[in-house]
Amino acid sequence: MSDLPASLSTALGLVAGLDAKLLDIVALSLSVSLSAVLLSAVLALPLGALLAVGRFAGRRTLTVIANGFMGLPAVVVGLLVYLLLSRAGPLGPLGLLFTPTAMVIAQAILVAPLLVALTRQTVEDAWREYQEQLHSLGATTHQATATLLWDTRYSLFTVMLAGFGRAISEVGAVMIVGGNIDGVTRVMTTTIALETSKGDLPLALALGLILVALVLAINALAYVTGAWAQRRLG
Amino acid sequence: MHTIFPLTLSGVGFAPNAVPVLADIDLRIEAGGRTVILGPNGAGKSVLMRLMHGLLKPTSGQILWNASESRPRAQGLVFQRPVMLRRSALANVAYGLKLAGVPHARRGVLARAALERVGLAHLAERPARVLSGGEQQRVALARAWALEPRILFLDEPTASLDPAAARSVEQVIVDIHAAGTSIVMTTHNLGQARRLADEIIFLHAGRITERTPAGEFFQHPRSTEAQTFLEGELP
Ligand SMILES: Nc1ncnc2c1ncn2[C@@H]1O[C@H](COP(=O)(O)OP(=O)(O)OP(=O)(O)O)[C@@H](O)[C@H]1O
Ligand SMILES: [Mg+2]
Repeated sequence: MSDLPASLSTALGLVAGLDAKLLDIVALSLSVSLSAVLLSAVLALPLGALLAVGRFAGRRTLTVIANGFMGLPAVVVGLLVYLLLSRAGPLGPLGLLFTPTAMVIAQAILVAPLLVALTRQTVEDAWREYQEQLHSLGATTHQATATLLWDTRYSLFTVMLAGFGRAISEVGAVMIVGGNIDGVTRVMTTTIALETSKGDLPLALALGLILVALVLAINALAYVTGAWAQRRLG
Repeated sequence: MHTIFPLTLSGVGFAPNAVPVLADIDLRIEAGGRTVILGPNGAGKSVLMRLMHGLLKPTSGQILWNASESRPRAQGLVFQRPVMLRRSALANVAYGLKLAGVPHARRGVLARAALERVGLAHLAERPARVLSGGEQQRVALARAWALEPRILFLDEPTASLDPAAARSVEQVIVDIHAAGTSIVMTTHNLGQARRLADEIIFLHAGRITERTPAGEFFQHPRSTEAQTFLEGELP
């Protein structure tokens, strides 16, 4: 513990000096988690909206599952995706294990329940207000769903930020399916875990600082977006 | 041209959870009229409008449009509280046109024309939800009017509007009627009912107590409920 000040100053030096290795790791983290959230959102947002608007069998069950799986342990998702992608697994022939693509898939699955559940909540609130008006104008379920997704777009953007925050700060899933290979699949969280165990505290600390700053920035962006949309669109 | 009239309600009741809100409603609405439904708070006016418009299903009795059970599209409803989508006033009007299947190229022109008719052309690009209550009410009227309904249901279209805004909404209603749309509306403003109504339907505790030409209703209401209601009017 006595070397904390020294580690901290080295860490700050790494951040300030835009250390190349550090930047690569941060860049990979950002691109993996961003891709994961976008991939997940393509399916999760419409599904969440349908859960809010639709009247079909299994709607309640799906809602409960999505809510329950919001806190899905990342290592379990990692394990599942590992089993799918491992050489003996059903998707083994694709050769995706220990690639950034595998990490994207794992994080996409990890954040999907969160996106579905928060989208459903957001859209349901809007639906309660819009329902009669849209029915009066003759909207089909499909049209109503599209309308609600569009009208809640700023709230859904903050939902996606929440998903991004979850993805970028998880370690278990990317560790298992990425393998933490230097220069290939090493992201911020897995590097922090590894370097700490190796005793290289400055790099771990530098990444930790960046990660915290990123998470704070995401939350600030979510707040500002919400306030702006409220003022602008009511 | 195929007509949607008459609209007939026979023995219509609405009693969700076994609590009767409306009972024994027999009504026939012909083309071209201006019908005002009066009655105290909670009488069932809004529920009756929703039933006729098709947003609620009666729990007993039958609602027919020209002897057919299918609900025609050529009818609109403007709600007691206007619901504005999170987009511009113009886009709100264009949205209704889109759902009605109007091609994209024509929507802008028609929506703008509708806003012009309600005197809101200058606010077309404003986000609808930040407009004042009266302006929102007029956007809602424009949205309904742009669809060229044969009949328009209006639920307290001027509640909570200042006198000038209420006047301009009344004028819009007169214009919509003059352009060939039947009007069925509710109001708590008796002056407005006098100005706009051809006939009055009086609703009390979920039942129609009388249906009378407007001039006669305000002189000699037939039902005791309506008499009491009119006597309660503030000077
Ligand atoms: N969708 C609904 N399902 C069941 N009951 C309803 C529904 N809408 C309204 N009610 C009930 O029906 C009664 C009549 O309501 P309604 O809104 O029609 O009154 P109103 O005549 O429009 O009153 P106001 O003048 O205050 O607008 C109320 O007791 C209300 O709680
Ligand atoms: Mg009402």
